[in-house]
Amino acid sequence: MSGGALPGLPPADMLLVLAVILPLFGLLPLLLLGSRLAERLTLLVLAAGLAVALGIGAEVAAAGQAATAFIGGWRPPLGVGLRADGLSAVMLVMTAVVLCATGLYAMTGPATPRAAGERMPTAFWMLLLCVWSALNLVFVAEDLFTLYVALELLTFAAVPLVCLDGKEGQIEAALRYLVFALFGSVLYLLGTVLIYALYGTLDIILAARRASVSPGLVVALAAMTAGMMAKAALFPLHLWLPPAHSGAPPAASAMLSAVVIKAPIFLLVRFWLDLAPESLAVKVGPILAGLGAAAILMCSLVALAQHRLKLLIAYSTAAQIGYLFLMFPLAAAASAWSALAWTGGALHLASHAFSKAAMFMAAGLIAEAVGHDRIKGLTGLGRALPVSVAAFGLGGLSLMGLPPAGGFVAKVMLLSAAVHLGNWWIALVILIGGLLAGGYVLRVVVPALQRPAAPLALRPVAGWREWVALALALVAVGLGFVPLEPSAYLAIGRPASWAEGAP
Amino acid sequence: MSLAFDALLCLLALLAALRAVAAGEGFSRVAAFMAYGLILGLVWVRLAAVDVALTEVAVGSGVTGLVLLRAVARDDAPAPLAAGLAYRLLAGVVALLVFAGLAAVVLLLPEPAPSLAPEVARHLPATDLGNPITAVLIVFRALDTLLETVVLLLALIGVWALSPDRTWAGRPAVLLPAPWSGALEFLARLVVPVGVLVGLYMFWAGADVPGGAFQGGAVLAAMALMAIAAGLLPRPVLARRRLRALLLAGPFGFLLVGVLGWVFADAFLAYPPGVEKAVIILVEAAITLSIAVTLALLVLGPPVAEETE
Amino acid sequence: MSAETLFGLAAAALCAIGIYGLMVGRGALARLIAFNLLGGGVFVLFGVVARRGAGAGFGGDPVPQALVITGIVVAFSATALGAALVERLAQLRAKGGAPSEEPEADT
Repeated sequence: MSGGALPGLPPADMLLVLAVILPLFGLLPLLLLGSRLAERLTLLVLAAGLAVALGIGAEVAAAGQAATAFIGGWRPPLGVGLRADGLSAVMLVMTAVVLCATGLYAMTGPATPRAAGERMPTAFWMLLLCVWSALNLVFVAEDLFTLYVALELLTFAAVPLVCLDGKEGQIEAALRYLVFALFGSVLYLLGTVLIYALYGTLDIILAARRASVSPGLVVALAAMTAGMMAKAALFPLHLWLPPAHSGAPPAASAMLSAVVIKAPIFLLVRFWLDLAPESLAVKVGPILAGLGAAAILMCSLVALAQHRLKLLIAYSTAAQIGYLFLMFPLAAAASAWSALAWTGGALHLASHAFSKAAMFMAAGLIAEAVGHDRIKGLTGLGRALPVSVAAFGLGGLSLMGLPPAGGFVAKVMLLSAAVHLGNWWIALVILIGGLLAGGYVLRVVVPALQRPAAPLALRPVAGWREWVALALALVAVGLGFVPLEPSAYLAIGRPASWAEGAP
Repeated sequence: MSLAFDALLCLLALLAALRAVAAGEGFSRVAAFMAYGLILGLVWVRLAAVDVALTEVAVGSGVTGLVLLRAVARDDAPAPLAAGLAYRLLAGVVALLVFAGLAAVVLLLPEPAPSLAPEVARHLPATDLGNPITAVLIVFRALDTLLETVVLLLALIGVWALSPDRTWAGRPAVLLPAPWSGALEFLARLVVPVGVLVGLYMFWAGADVPGGAFQGGAVLAAMALMAIAAGLLPRPVLARRRLRALLLAGPFGFLLVGVLGWVFADAFLAYPPGVEKAVIILVEAAITLSIAVTLALLVLGPPVAEETE
Repeated sequence: MSAETLFGLAAAALCAIGIYGLMVGRGALARLIAFNLLGGGVFVLFGVVARRGAGAGFGGDPVPQALVITGIVVAFSATALGAALVERLAQLRAKGGAPSEEPEADT
C-alpha cells in the first residue's frame, strides 16, 4: 500500500477503490428493501462518499503527489491502475458535493405521500449511485479499457434519468441521447484498440511514454476525440443535449448538466494533455478551440431565443462547455501562461458545475411553484420565491463572468493566457460569450425582480430544497475568491512529473 | 487454400452487414444481423479465439438478436422517411474515409506486434488457472469484469425504469406471442435439461478450456427463456426478493471477494494465496447465475400491466 | 496477404458500413443494428491485434481477447436498453401521445 497516509485516514489506495465501489453498495438496500428506508440509507452512502472524496483530496495535498492503486496488486501493463492527481481530486470533490446536494434536493420530505408508487424514487436513487460510481472511475482510471467500461456505466445510468417521468418527448430525447452516447463509446473503443495495437498497453502513462506521432496514433486520437465530442455535445454534435437535459426531472437535469457532461471533457484533457505528444496537441488545440468558439456563439444565441426556462439553461450548458475547449490550445502551448490557462479551465469546469446545478434546481422549484416554466410568465417572481430566484441569479452571475463569481476568475485566467499567447480571437470570443450569457440570464432575472402585473398563484415548495440550490450557487460564487494565479494543487501529478513514478 | 476460406468468410460478413443496413422491413434486417453474428463467430475461430467465438454466437448474435426481434415485433411505428440523396452521399464519403483511414492503419501496424501474451504466460501459474482468458477476466483485470456485471444489472434497472408506475413490481410481457403447440413443449422438455447441462459445463470448464461465466450464463439464460416460452416455468414476478437476490449474487459476491482481498491478501480484488482457484470458481459460479438471470430478464423486457392471477 | 491483414481490412470495411448505417439509418432500431455492426467491426479489429500478438504458447494475445468478451456483453446491454426505449416510445405513440398512467407534472 502506498505511503504518505494522513493519520486517522485509510491509505490512499483504499480510498481510490472506495470512491468507485462505495456508491454501488447503495444498490443493495434499494433493490431488497422498501424505498423509504432505502432512501435514508442512500443518504448515508452519499455522506460516506463525500468523506471518501475529501479524504482523497487531503491525501493528495499532504503527499504532494498523485495517489495510486493497483487492482489485485497487478501492475500495468498486465493489471489495471487507478490514479488521482490534483485535477482528479478536484473533480472527485466537485462531483461529491454536487451529487450530495442533488440527493438532498431530491429527498422526499417525511410528509410527502408516495403517490407515484415505488418506481420513480427507487430507480432515481439507483441511477444516481451508478452515475457517481461511473464518474469517480472516469476521474481515477488510468486504463483505457476500464475507462470504456466507466463510460458505458455512465451512459446506462444517465439515459434512463432523462425519461424517468415516462413521457413521450422524454423517451424520444433519451433514445437520441443513447444513440449519440453509444456512437461516442464505440469510436472511443476503436481508438483504444488502435493504441493497444501500436503500443501493447492500455495504461495511459505507459502509452504516453511510448507514443510518437504516427498515422496510427493520429487516427486513434481522432476517433477518441470524435467520440468524446459526441458525448460532450460539442457543437455541431450538440443537438441531443437540450431536449435531454431540459426534459429530465430537475434533480436529474442538475446531475446531467453539471457533472455527467464533464466526464468526456475530462477525458479529452487526458488524451490531449497527458497522452498525445506535445507536437500533435499544439496542432489540434486550435481546431478544438474553434469548435468551442462556435459552440459559445451559436448556442448562446439560441439560448437567447428560448421561451422555456429549462431549455434556456440547457442551451447555456451547450454554450458553456465551449469555454472548456478554448483551454486546449492555451494549455498545450509550452509557456508559462499555459499553467494559468490550465487553472482557468479547471476552475471554469468546477464553477460551471455548481452554478448549473443550482440553476436547474431553482428552475425545477420555480416550475413546481408556478406550474410551468414559460419565461414570459415569471414576471415578479422575485418577491414570491426570493431564494430560488437568488440561486438562479447567482448561478447566472458566474456564467456571465461577473466579479466576484468563480466564472469571473476563470474567464480572467483564460483571457490573460489568450492575450499573452497572442490568441486574440480566443480573447474576443470569451468577451462576446460573456455578453451573450448576460443577455440570456438577465432576460429571466430582470422581469423576475419587477412588480407582477397580477399576483402570482403559487403552489408551496419545500423551503430547504430552495436553500440547497442557493448553497450550490454560493459555492460557485465563492470559487471567485481563489487567488488569481496558477494553482499548485492542480499541478500535482501532472505529466511533467511522470518520470519520477516510473513502475 | 485457407486464405480463400478466410476471404469467403469476410465476403459473407460484409454481405450480411450490407443487408442489415439496407432498406427493408425490420425482421429481415434483424435476420441479416443474426447471420452476421454467426459469421463473425467463424471469424473468431479463424482468429484463434474460441472463447470469443462462443460469446459472439451466444450473446452477440443469439441474445442480442432475440431482443431486436422483440423490438421489431412491438415497434409498429411507420419508418421515418429516408434521408435525402445529398446526405446519403455525405454519409458514403464519411464511410469511405473511415475505411481508408482504418485500412491504412491496418497495413501500417508495427512489426513485430506488441503483445501481453508473454506477461500473461509468466503470471498464469500464480492463478492456478489453465485458460488464460479466464485469468485475464477474473484475476489480472478483475475490475473490468466486476463492473461489467454491474453494467448488465444497470441496463436491467434502466429497462425496468421504463415501465409505467403501477406495473413496476409486475411481470414482463409474453415474449414473441407465437402459439406454442404440445410438440414444442415436448421439445422444450427434452432440450432444456441438456442445455442446462451444457451451460453448467461451459462455466465449470471455463477455468481451464474455452468457456466461462459469460458463455455459460448465456446458454442458461436461453434455456430459461425456452422453458418460460413453453410454459414450463411461470413468467417471473420482478419484485420477488429471491429473484432480486439472484441478480445481485454475481456483482456483489464479486465485490465482497474484492473487499475481503484487503483482509486476506494485500489488495482489493487480490485472491487469498493458496485457495485462489476455489475462490475464483465460487466467484464464477455466482457471476454465471446472475448473468443467466439478468440476460433472461433483459430479453423478457420491462414489466407490463396485466390482470392479477 | 496474410490472414490477419485480410481480416483487418474486412474489419475496417465493417466499421465503415456501421458508420454509414448509423448516419442514414431510418429510425432508432435501424441505428441500433448499425451500432452493433460497427461494434462487431471494432471487435474483429481487436481480434486481429490479438492474433498478431500470438506467442508464449497462445494462439493470440489473451488480453484483447478477454476484453472483446467484456465488450460484447456491454454492447448487448446497450442494445437491450435501446430496444426497450424503442418499444416504450411505440407504445406511447400508439396511445396518441396521451399517457394516462403517468403522473402529470408540467416541468
